[in-house]
Amino acid sequence: MAEIQGGGGGGKNKGDKVRVKKASTRIDMTPMVDLAFLLLTFFVMTTTLNKPQTMEIVMPEKTEEEDKQPLVNENHVLTLVLDKDDKIYWYVGITDPVLKVTDYSATGIRKVLLAKKNEIPKLVVLIKASDNAKYKNMVDILDEMNISTIKVYALVDITKVDEDLIKESNL
Amino acid sequence: MGKVKVHRSTPSIDMTPMVDLAFLLVTFFMLTATAIPDEPVSVDTPSSVSEIKLPENNVLTITIGKDGKVFFNVDGQFTRADLLGKMGERYGVQFTEEETARFAKMSSIGVPVGGLKQFLSLDPEKRKLVEQPGIPCDSAQNELADWVLQARLANRNLRIAIKGDRDADFPVVKRVINTMIDKKVNRFNLITNMEKGS
Repeated sequence: MAEIQGGGGGGKNKGDKVRVKKASTRIDMTPMVDLAFLLLTFFVMTTTLNKPQTMEIVMPEKTEEEDKQPLVNENHVLTLVLDKDDKIYWYVGITDPVLKVTDYSATGIRKVLLAKKNEIPKLVVLIKASDNAKYKNMVDILDEMNISTIKVYALVDITKVDEDLIKESNL
Repeated sequence: MGKVKVHRSTPSIDMTPMVDLAFLLVTFFMLTATAIPDEPVSVDTPSSVSEIKLPENNVLTITIGKDGKVFFNVDGQFTRADLLGKMGERYGVQFTEEETARFAKMSSIGVPVGGLKQFLSLDPEKRKLVEQPGIPCDSAQNELADWVLQARLANRNLRIAIKGDRDADFPVVKRVINTMIDKKVNRFNLITNMEKGS
């Protein structure tokens, strides 16, 4: 890499007591250039990659009349209730629901969603978040909708019926 | 003895200009990376698999902190100056040229309109120290609705983005979203960061 060549410079003076040996050093600059380009690439990459991503959501318009909302067959409806401590309660249909609880892991809600999607062709998912849920619960569940490619879902308000159901089930 | 004489020499290239160029480029990129304006609250967004990038401009950002405080931000200096004028008209507050100029350069704000004039007249260092209480958006006094409405009047192409902290309570988010729906805004972008793995 670098090398020092001795005696390349001045000559010897015979009478002198101190001999100055001039040496010329030649430094190979390749590693420095490598480093500079590395830094450059690093800065270019990090400034373009730190733009945040977004999830687009579209909410339905607020309708005043209840009967204008579309009617769905209750057997096609999966209701998810988001509660505190990252718990998700879910049930199918409206009459006599059987409440079950799961979580946000891949073996939890995703498995349920994929299973229901296969069982029920025209699945509609209602997402109700309780007041104890966190924003990340909402984002995670919308994310799961995207991952499981469920196209029909709605964010709706939680009802007293749901809250009572959760309390009574002690899950 | 070939007819062609192969002239052997070890060329040595002087690397100094290349190093100069490399450092020049590094400096260029370091300086042209835009300075991030100071945000009043640092927000840890949840992750999602979505890969849609946030648009560069014409974005109205509503930031929801962990404690439920709501902050409002819109880009574009002209839009901001216009917006401040309109809000001033609506609430009967007169903003001076200097206050408008300062507002145009700021980013997120989280003070009710009543305290806005005083907030703007502070020096930048003092402004950073103030604990902003957030914009009120409860049903009694929904200033957020006014900010959004006036901003959309000032700039028709605005897109609404919601940047919420992952541990923000859901009721606050619901109130913000319902405020939007009341003002006939139905499409939003939720700002998230890249989800690893899964």
